[in-house]
Amino acid sequence: MLEGKKPEFWRWTESNWINPDIGWEEARFITLGIDVGSVSSQAVIMTDGNMYAYGNMRTGADSPNSARNALKFALEKTTLNEDKISYCIGTGYGRVNVPMADRTVTEIACHARGANFFYGSKVRTVLDVGGQDIKAIRCDEKGKVTNFLMNDKCAAGTGRGMEVFADLLSVPIGEVGERSYLVEKEPPAVSSTCVVYAKSEATSLLRKGLSTNEVLAAYCSAMAERIYSLLKRIGIEPEFAITGGMAKNIGVVGRLTKKMGLEPLKTSWDTQLAGAAGAALFGFALCHKRNG
Amino acid sequence: MITAGIDCGAKNTKAVILKSGKMIGKGLILTGFEQTEAVKASLDMALRKAGIDFRDVKHIGGTGSGAKAIKEADVRVNDIKAMAVAANYFFPNSRTVVDVGAEEGRVAKFDDIGNVIDFAVNEKCAAGAGAFIEAMSRALETPITEMGKLALSSDNPMPMNAQCTIFAESEVVGLIHAKTQKRDISRAIHDAIAGRIVSMIRGIGLNPDIVMLGGVAYNPGFTSALMRELSVHRIYIPEEPEYGTAVGAAVVAAKE
Amino acid sequence: MLANYGYSDGSGNYFITIDTDKCNACGECVEACPANIFEMADEDPNDPMNAEPLPIVLPEKKNKLKYECATCKPSGDNRPTLPCVMVCEGCAITHSW
Repeated sequence: MLEGKKPEFWRWTESNWINPDIGWEEARFITLGIDVGSVSSQAVIMTDGNMYAYGNMRTGADSPNSARNALKFALEKTTLNEDKISYCIGTGYGRVNVPMADRTVTEIACHARGANFFYGSKVRTVLDVGGQDIKAIRCDEKGKVTNFLMNDKCAAGTGRGMEVFADLLSVPIGEVGERSYLVEKEPPAVSSTCVVYAKSEATSLLRKGLSTNEVLAAYCSAMAERIYSLLKRIGIEPEFAITGGMAKNIGVVGRLTKKMGLEPLKTSWDTQLAGAAGAALFGFALCHKRNG
Repeated sequence: MITAGIDCGAKNTKAVILKSGKMIGKGLILTGFEQTEAVKASLDMALRKAGIDFRDVKHIGGTGSGAKAIKEADVRVNDIKAMAVAANYFFPNSRTVVDVGAEEGRVAKFDDIGNVIDFAVNEKCAAGAGAFIEAMSRALETPITEMGKLALSSDNPMPMNAQCTIFAESEVVGLIHAKTQKRDISRAIHDAIAGRIVSMIRGIGLNPDIVMLGGVAYNPGFTSALMRELSVHRIYIPEEPEYGTAVGAAVVAAKE
Repeated sequence: MLANYGYSDGSGNYFITIDTDKCNACGECVEACPANIFEMADEDPNDPMNAEPLPIVLPEKKNKLKYECATCKPSGDNRPTLPCVMVCEGCAITHSW
């Protein structure tokens, strides 16, 4: 960033990983899932349906390069070469612009499949809150979608909505969740759904003397309510899992699960990888189907 | 008979004084965070301009999103009713009225005496209100008063994909980075919001003549996009469209 | 599968639900809609393992349903029966508003 420019409070850290217990050389099918989201892009490489390596980074100006960079990042710690990959599936908002993809699959299908892999076959309700959308999915024990909705029309409740608030209040995005609990008393939720109006509401709350943390609490609570109402539309069935960037925000997740009376399943995987992992798994299933 | 109409909106509070059906005074104040203060100040301003005393006012009609804050009003007027009556007051041949306020877009169809037949409202979402153009003017770094003129200078229509104000801000920034002409972006912005208002009009049925009230009526980018989308040659706009709904409230109050 | 196309924003909820288990893929809804919001897809985009055709709501229309559907949904009391719902034999299509 240029010096003197306003710091960007919504930044998060990029990461890549390799599974030290797997050698790709023995694998029958090496499949790749690439999820190009509006904010972050992930590449997940699987060897016969097992996690082998991944790269997770911020989406750049265009989808093809974001996909290429995510793949390069995922390959960085491996000795694997791109042409060893048997099949690649592109998913996410930029899926039609993934140059190396053999086919595309919607993020709905991929997230359900990925959640089934990360959390086990007991998952029935999957919530994914991404940078520019909210996906609410119900699935069966195989990770097949039975009911879904995706809201990518409106910024309310999405990561972008939270970024706007983090920026307005000059709070780093990673601190929003914790700080929202540093309040003596839980304030009422911000009442406007529309982010534009919620911003003016926040300004007037600050003028009334609410602290930054209290305004964060009021907005986390509004986000939780918003997400809860979308989940209710598809019907909530346990077990429940949250994927996507918002899963890391305890301010929203804590308030949401309190409303639901349901604890989300835990995983040691980075939840942002669910879409790309689902895509890699579909790639594996398709390879299997084709080659017997 | 002297009546007053007060419209407490999300952005501005407007007051007008009507004497035997003629406007003799008006006042406009930024609503800000204290609605009751803004109401009082706008009414005082209107009374001062009219040169009359508060006691001479027989009835006061209150309307707008902040109508509850209008303690002075003895007649509470529904926003839709107020705009239909106002359109009928300014243009007796009109049958459809469009009012794009800061935080709401409304359309209504009415009969020859201003009775509402059907209406549609876009509220609680900035994409269908004046706030959309305002946010876009910030993204485009162009003063709001210049936005319409800029749009008129473009003859290159293009669509905007985002349906949300927040997402549209990012889209505009992206278009600027891609070296798209500002005038073309401005036109796309106006076409987008006009398209949403036109769909609302189509929903209730297009019925000329069409009147437009509210501050956005000053924006030639918006009105020309509206005419183009509706395939009409004229939209009737009163001299000071921002006072329209307040006038409607004053007319309704006079009928008490 | 219940496929909910549409959105929710500050002004309300605008979803069209297609129950793919009730749908016989006749394509009548595609013809009936005056706003052309439906399209037949060659295979279910949300189930890559199932290669059968079915109708979907066009991606470029799904975020404008409130406006696209406005002509079929006058706001007065005489709410008409919607063309897409009328033609669907399996009653697979429902609207949330």
